[in-house]
Amino acid sequence: MNDAVGAHEAGAGTRAPGKPARVLARLQRLRTFGLLAAVLCLWQYVSTQVLDASTATLLPPPSAVVRGAWELIETGDLFRHLRDSLKRELVAFSWAILAVPLAVAMGWWKAVNEQVDVLVEVLRPIPPLAWIPLSILWFGIGDTQNQFIIFLGMFFPILLNTIAGVKNIEPNLIHAAQCLGADQRRILWRVVLRAAMPSIITGIRVGLGVGWMALVAAELVGANSGLGFLINDARTVLRTDYVIVGMITIGIVGLLIDRCIRVVGRLTMPWSRVLSA
Amino acid sequence: MSVLTAVNAGKTFPGHSAGDPPVCALKGVSFSVADKEFCAIVGHSGCGKTTLLSMMAGFEQPSEGEILLDDRPVGKPGWERTMIFQDYALFPWQTVEDNISFGLEMKNIKTADRRRIVREYVALVGLGGFERRYPHQLSGGMRQRVSIARALAVDPQVLLMDEPFAALDAQNRSLMQKEMVRIWERARKTCILVTHSIEEAITLSDRILVMTRRPGTIKADIRVDLPRPRPEDSSDVIALRRRIRGLIEEELEGPG
Repeated sequence: MNDAVGAHEAGAGTRAPGKPARVLARLQRLRTFGLLAAVLCLWQYVSTQVLDASTATLLPPPSAVVRGAWELIETGDLFRHLRDSLKRELVAFSWAILAVPLAVAMGWWKAVNEQVDVLVEVLRPIPPLAWIPLSILWFGIGDTQNQFIIFLGMFFPILLNTIAGVKNIEPNLIHAAQCLGADQRRILWRVVLRAAMPSIITGIRVGLGVGWMALVAAELVGANSGLGFLINDARTVLRTDYVIVGMITIGIVGLLIDRCIRVVGRLTMPWSRVLSA
Repeated sequence: MSVLTAVNAGKTFPGHSAGDPPVCALKGVSFSVADKEFCAIVGHSGCGKTTLLSMMAGFEQPSEGEILLDDRPVGKPGWERTMIFQDYALFPWQTVEDNISFGLEMKNIKTADRRRIVREYVALVGLGGFERRYPHQLSGGMRQRVSIARALAVDPQVLLMDEPFAALDAQNRSLMQKEMVRIWERARKTCILVTHSIEEAITLSDRILVMTRRPGTIKADIRVDLPRPRPEDSSDVIALRRRIRGLIEEELEGPG
């Protein structure tokens, strides 16, 4: 779905030579928000006009959500929770990135692959969320436990994508490097790692996405701060407007993270088509 | 001196799966390519000519016999035997000049010298103005020029070519063959060209080795004593072409 949106934007951008045409193009782009606007209007109408006061608490209208968002921004609560969540995501990521050297070793040396592959195949199908009860016992409630769950969510996508990237390298690229005098260390560093980079970036994109989902789940049950904690905490006091604000924030930040990785990928690897789609 | 010699070289591959008989790709191949000689190897696909080239490069080791460069076994791949591949095998993440510079970096040549050498070979293959382009921004012919420059820049003793122009369209192919003659006359190297194109072998080579069917061995060793350029319609070229085609077709029809 993301790809379709990207293609549409690119098309609209190139088809706008003059100024009036550009305004028209922009208006046409607004058209894609038509259904979204209609849904919001319907939601507002149902919440304020159809539902009675007590049921409306369960589905606050968009206007109330906006008000709630403003409150959370003004008090700094939203920023504080967002900061805590992002910090956990970042710390977990800095550990999960270790999957890259491991995957390169697995893709390059058969002996490493033989041993590690079995372990990976056993651990991989266990969803990160299934680790939550045990991890709470291990680490208690708080950052470490959350980071552990996020780490598990990120690790395997990065590992598997990197392995695939290493295994799918054109054999002739290795041959070419060999006959140009590259030793094994430089082949790994200068050829294998570079050739696998688009797959590694793809793995990081998927990993950050899965990690973000795991983060929210981990915070729902095992944290005193963060966006997951925010929405669960708001539920206990029936502030459904805060719940929805939290949900939307989680969605927007997840999207932004994904977009950022794509932009970074495109800027650092102008030669790769993997990320421009 | 850069004399490349095969002494009774053979290669047998294990069967695809357990129980399959081993496949003998090459058997008793002996020849010697003189210093600065341009030698083509022609034959049907599957005759083992690419295997032979892989052994010269050091990607494969012969199962029997030896491949020698100046009387020493070739061993592992190294810059003294660079290869030009059919699919170019350029590093897509590097620009034209960085691709050409790669082997020079591996040889630990100083930056200033590297720049000078890269400039020199960019000019030799006619890629001036395209130094900062990436391979995906170039046409097939231009990519192969980069690949030629990259292989020559490390100053190898032997240049190995595996169907270098087979992926190009007919016009580009004949243009690149002419370019190859020009480049080779400037940067004299011992060259081994593996090709299935008889025309290409005649246009480029001093000498043509014709191979038999699998297990491949040398069937004929033909010297091409014609001045370059060699127009396709000259009677000498036509006669030579007919002779080599006959030799190859014998293999196709022969008892087997």
